[in-house]
Amino acid sequence: MDKNYFEILRAGINSTFQDLGRNNLYHIGIPFSGAMDNRNYLLANKLTGNDNNHPVIEFAYQGPHLKYHGNAINIAITGDVSFKIKKGDNLIDGECYRSFILENNDELDIISTNKSVYGYLAISGQFDLKFQWSSCSTNIQAKIGSNNGEKLSVNQKINIKEINQNLVSKKLNYINTKIENIRVMKGTNFDYFSEQGKKLFFGNEFKVSKLSDRMGMRLEGKKIENIVDTNIRSEGLIKGVIQVPADGNPIIMLSDHGTIGGYPKIGVVISADYDRLVQLTPGSSVKFQEVDLNSAETLFKLYDLETQNLISQI
Amino acid sequence: MIKNISNLGDAALYCDFGKEISKEINTQVIRYFKTIQKKNIVGVNNLTPSYNKLIVSFDIKKINFNKLKKIIDNIEVINSDNIQNKKFEIPICCEKEFSLDIKRLEEKLKMKEEKIYENFFEKEFFCYMTGFIAGMPFLGDLDENLRAKRLDTPRVKVPKGSIGLTEQFANIYTFESPGGWNIIGNTPLNIFDSSKENEPNLINPGDLVTFKRITKENYQNYHG
Repeated sequence: MDKNYFEILRAGINSTFQDLGRNNLYHIGIPFSGAMDNRNYLLANKLTGNDNNHPVIEFAYQGPHLKYHGNAINIAITGDVSFKIKKGDNLIDGECYRSFILENNDELDIISTNKSVYGYLAISGQFDLKFQWSSCSTNIQAKIGSNNGEKLSVNQKINIKEINQNLVSKKLNYINTKIENIRVMKGTNFDYFSEQGKKLFFGNEFKVSKLSDRMGMRLEGKKIENIVDTNIRSEGLIKGVIQVPADGNPIIMLSDHGTIGGYPKIGVVISADYDRLVQLTPGSSVKFQEVDLNSAETLFKLYDLETQNLISQI
Repeated sequence: MIKNISNLGDAALYCDFGKEISKEINTQVIRYFKTIQKKNIVGVNNLTPSYNKLIVSFDIKKINFNKLKKIIDNIEVINSDNIQNKKFEIPICCEKEFSLDIKRLEEKLKMKEEKIYENFFEKEFFCYMTGFIAGMPFLGDLDENLRAKRLDTPRVKVPKGSIGLTEQFANIYTFESPGGWNIIGNTPLNIFDSSKENEPNLINPGDLVTFKRITKENYQNYHG
């Protein structure tokens, strides 16, 4: 067989190609993008024998249902995901963090993420994709990246150009830990808020709103009172920044965020907690815990060591 | 010059050039931006210049705040003579179907439509920054009498090519996007082109922009 591809029987809610994203384009209005949950992205690639910056399919809530055509290939799914593999009349329950072999006419049905948002599908091969600024990452707002900047759609074909013939099965014992406390550093406009507002921010519970996507996460809770100005001069944003607009409800900037904003920045989520933050589902509660720069740096080193350690176990 | 450098989270430097907004201050920001861009400092992965701020994002695995702050504190800034500013004339059509908020502006500014346009078309604008959405230029400064607040409720969809006004600035929506600026016209020109990877933005910080009024016929012919 010379052509290997997936046929999309169901696209899922928001299935896109992602890798590590693109750098050095903030100044023209293009954010990093890239896989939302970096650790699970890296683990999926390692489980299928790939390097760090290898395109995968990221899905949210409900994943795609795919039918495979071609030579045998390894796949792996990471996150907290329910999925099934259909081989003829045989229906196999999928397990995250281990590789499975798909053969011609097998089906992969990624049913849902469990109490989490994002999951990853990696293959022991190379999707046939167009890159923009050296990245496949799809940003559907700006229509940038692979698949003409669009999410996957039903009946579409996903072509695979190269397959690694050496199908080694791999496995990792790992469970995603959940956290309700997200660690945050004070933002550059922290003093725009009243004493009570500051106390509310660090201590009160917020609910993740339904209006959350790859661009941002909106939170609902008691209104955080601004005592200076509800607007600032438009200036740069980065991933993890928490803005509070006039309505008093925080918005956290995520990987596809607008690069410039004019709302006061009350805080910034530390790098070590970003992967777990993005996995919070609408309706779940979150609390912010204050840390300083030194602790944030130490916590990131620990997070990174843990990630490297997991990768080395595969 | 940079007045103060603080941290924005654990992976970015927040360089503050002072409270004032002027071309001079913004030119300083752009000089720093271009200097740092040329230096290719290990770990720096993004720069966001704005009116009077510069955010330097970095890879926390490769460098940290204190080390990078030292480098930026001691950087030698490129002389202004080396920065080239381009000039553009942007055609816009102000027919009813494109000037979505002109009536609203007449009320807000207490000024007749003709006068608003006259004022607007006389002006040469300076591009302070690009962003929010890819390629959107933030152009200043509008005369005092043309400054209006954003819409009370932002539009869910502002058409591609729309020219919007708010406060002392004009901008151009490079593609359809939500937004709350007062729309006075539309350009047929493509301001952002993602297929041109080396220079996707037509207008860049420091460039000078004037607008030229075109008829609907000319507008349609642009699309050829």
